[in-house]
Amino acid sequence: MKTISWSLLLPRPKLDMGPATVAKQTQPRPTSFLPPVPVNSKMTDSYASSRNGDLSPNGFANGSSPSLAPTAHTTGISPVIRKKLMGYVGFANLPNQVHRKSVRKGFQFTAMVVGESGLGKSTLINTLFNTTLYPPKEPLPPAAERPKTVAIESIGADIEENGVRLHLTVVDTPGFGDFVNNDDSWKPIVENIESRFDSYLEQENRVNRMKVVDNRVHACLYFIQPTGHSLKQIDIEFMRRLHTKVNLIPVIAKADTLTDEEIAEFKERILSDIAHHNIHIFQAPTYDNEDEETIAEAEEIASKIPFAVVGSDKIVTTPDGRQVRGRAYPWGVVEVDNEDHCDFVKLRQMLVRTYMEELREYTNDVLYENWRTEKLLSMGVAQDSTVFKEINPAARMQEERVLHEAKLAKMEAEMKMVFQQKVQEKEAKLKQSEEELYARHKEMKEALEKQRAELEDKKRKIESGRPLTPEKASTGRKKGFLRT
Amino acid sequence: MAEEIRAESYVGFDSITQQIEHKLLKRGFQFNVIVVGQTGLGKSTLINTIFASHLIDSKGRFASDEPVRQTTEIQAVSHVIVENGVKLRLNIVDTPGYGDQVNNENCWDPIIKYIKDQHSAYLRKELTAMRDRYIQDTRIHCCLYFINPTGHALRPIDVIVMKKLSEVVNVVPVIAKSDSLTPEERERFKAKIREELQYDNIRLYPFDTDEDDEEEVQLNAAIRNIIPFAVVGSENNVIIDGKSVRGRRNRWGVVNVEDPNHCEFMNLRNFLTRTHLQDLIETTAQIHYEAFRSKQLLALKEGVNQRPAQAQQ
Repeated sequence: MKTISWSLLLPRPKLDMGPATVAKQTQPRPTSFLPPVPVNSKMTDSYASSRNGDLSPNGFANGSSPSLAPTAHTTGISPVIRKKLMGYVGFANLPNQVHRKSVRKGFQFTAMVVGESGLGKSTLINTLFNTTLYPPKEPLPPAAERPKTVAIESIGADIEENGVRLHLTVVDTPGFGDFVNNDDSWKPIVENIESRFDSYLEQENRVNRMKVVDNRVHACLYFIQPTGHSLKQIDIEFMRRLHTKVNLIPVIAKADTLTDEEIAEFKERILSDIAHHNIHIFQAPTYDNEDEETIAEAEEIASKIPFAVVGSDKIVTTPDGRQVRGRAYPWGVVEVDNEDHCDFVKLRQMLVRTYMEELREYTNDVLYENWRTEKLLSMGVAQDSTVFKEINPAARMQEERVLHEAKLAKMEAEMKMVFQQKVQEKEAKLKQSEEELYARHKEMKEALEKQRAELEDKKRKIESGRPLTPEKASTGRKKGFLRT
Repeated sequence: MAEEIRAESYVGFDSITQQIEHKLLKRGFQFNVIVVGQTGLGKSTLINTIFASHLIDSKGRFASDEPVRQTTEIQAVSHVIVENGVKLRLNIVDTPGYGDQVNNENCWDPIIKYIKDQHSAYLRKELTAMRDRYIQDTRIHCCLYFINPTGHALRPIDVIVMKKLSEVVNVVPVIAKSDSLTPEERERFKAKIREELQYDNIRLYPFDTDEDDEEEVQLNAAIRNIIPFAVVGSENNVIIDGKSVRGRRNRWGVVNVEDPNHCEFMNLRNFLTRTHLQDLIETTAQIHYEAFRSKQLLALKEGVNQRPAQAQQ
């Protein structure tokens, strides 16, 4: 009995006694917490038994013993209860199940390539996926009709590697930047991307959503001319209009025409141009609990953006006899797969090996959602904010009451104000009439005074003995008569 | 068809060439070049490479807060180069802003206007009653047109501008930054360009005249086979086989600007300075200037005729 109550009283974290897995804790430690009581040894025995875990007196009859992580009071967040398994359950097989299912389903990826003609877009796509997706372009004879607007052409291919099927679609934009007047040459491209979003939205809103085909553009490779200076006007305009709708990956085309220093300077200038115009290019996301290696890899890839690439689908022989994919010049051979020569390997890593899924996710979760919000808001669908609030009747009533009271108070204030106003008016009126009366009173008084003065005057005159009127004289005689 | 007479003894009038040379050496020569092309194609670097001295600076946009030029500007720089007692007054006209905007309609107008203005200034000086003994020649003798090394074909803007330019000045097309093309790609590109230029009836320098002899005709034909020149420019020196030459160094090799296997810079340099310098100046004076002059004078006559006609009415 005593042992049970004892263990219940003492709070666990302070015990500093971990689960059975923490083998570092030695026996004598817990005793320091125990008061010097004769039943000491018994306590330790009980603790020892509880540590074994089988018959822990706290009633945990199963194999696991809980441990409140000591981080609870060091970090201040709610404690993560990590349960330790004593046997094999088998859900570690989940990734394999997902893997099998997705391999069966196959993957879809859509990339778009944009850039002036002759920058090596088709060659780079062929090099990236190691297949002749684009046949070599036949130049038009000079007499042929040249198109007047930017065209959008897409090529699809099903490629397979190690049992994994990828349905790859590449959207090409021939004509971009090639005309004398390139105003609005990005319009067809923006419209195309938006129409893909539209069709996906429509599919989502269908009643039967079994088969949803995702042909949204997941990545857009923008080819920059290797001038060595800064971005051209058309580059900036295009990127500004597209960075909110698609993952932009800028690429320096035909980079074998630049030396190392030139490439480094050029990349710096491009990045500063991009930052200056607040263009948002695709950044490889990093997660907190990834291992060192992955983080280092991600940083390396990120440091090479924009990628300076060279594309080639031909095999050439290097001076030291190797057969590699590259370009043979009179002064040397550029190897496409050599990391020293160009950033092709990094680009392939980013696009295919490491971040293909990230690109798709970002397109789905962020870019598409933003576009959808915009579109629905513009269609008049109002944001229903009560959807997010939990319906609590008491709280709601309280709110309503408060609202009502506020309304009443307002009305009261209004009425008071009106009343005050009226009172003021009346006062003013009374004051005015008071003044009038006073003035009139004064007037009358003055008139009376005047009359009195006149009468006094007359009286004096009569008393001075001058007969004024017969009546007055008689009255005066009478007076004299009486006097004698 | 006068008969050629051989004098019975040496007279000595063949020294006239030396007398002319002596005069000309004192006066010096004047050469005006205009470079036309998109930004970042290496125009300034090529000029500096041809004349082996730092003559013009690159006018590219290097900082992100620098504004983009909205129109084509004309910037002329003058230098005097001396070589073996021969003084060459060199005038280089740069055209920053050409072809850089999104809408490039009429971006060539300032250039054509400038060239015509030079002709017009010369004509005015010629026509004045009291004119200088030696009129200073600011007419453009040569226009280097820089083509983007796409490897496919000429762009619409290139075709339009070259056509307009070839009517007023000697145009020499040049493929810029040709170290991005392998030899096969280069040949294909050049063939395509020549085909297009022929289709559009663009007259490119050099022109064949009746006065040329066999050798010159052959030389012109050879030049016409190489046009457009695929060049690489560099002001920096690199060490190849212990020698210091002008070139570009990469991790996979070193481009030697002066090596005819690597690029055609030497051909262009020789063409411009060693073989056809005098011809360029003469052609400008005799063909382009004369065409301009006759048009102007005819227009003036028309104007004069029109006025009495109107006065009569």
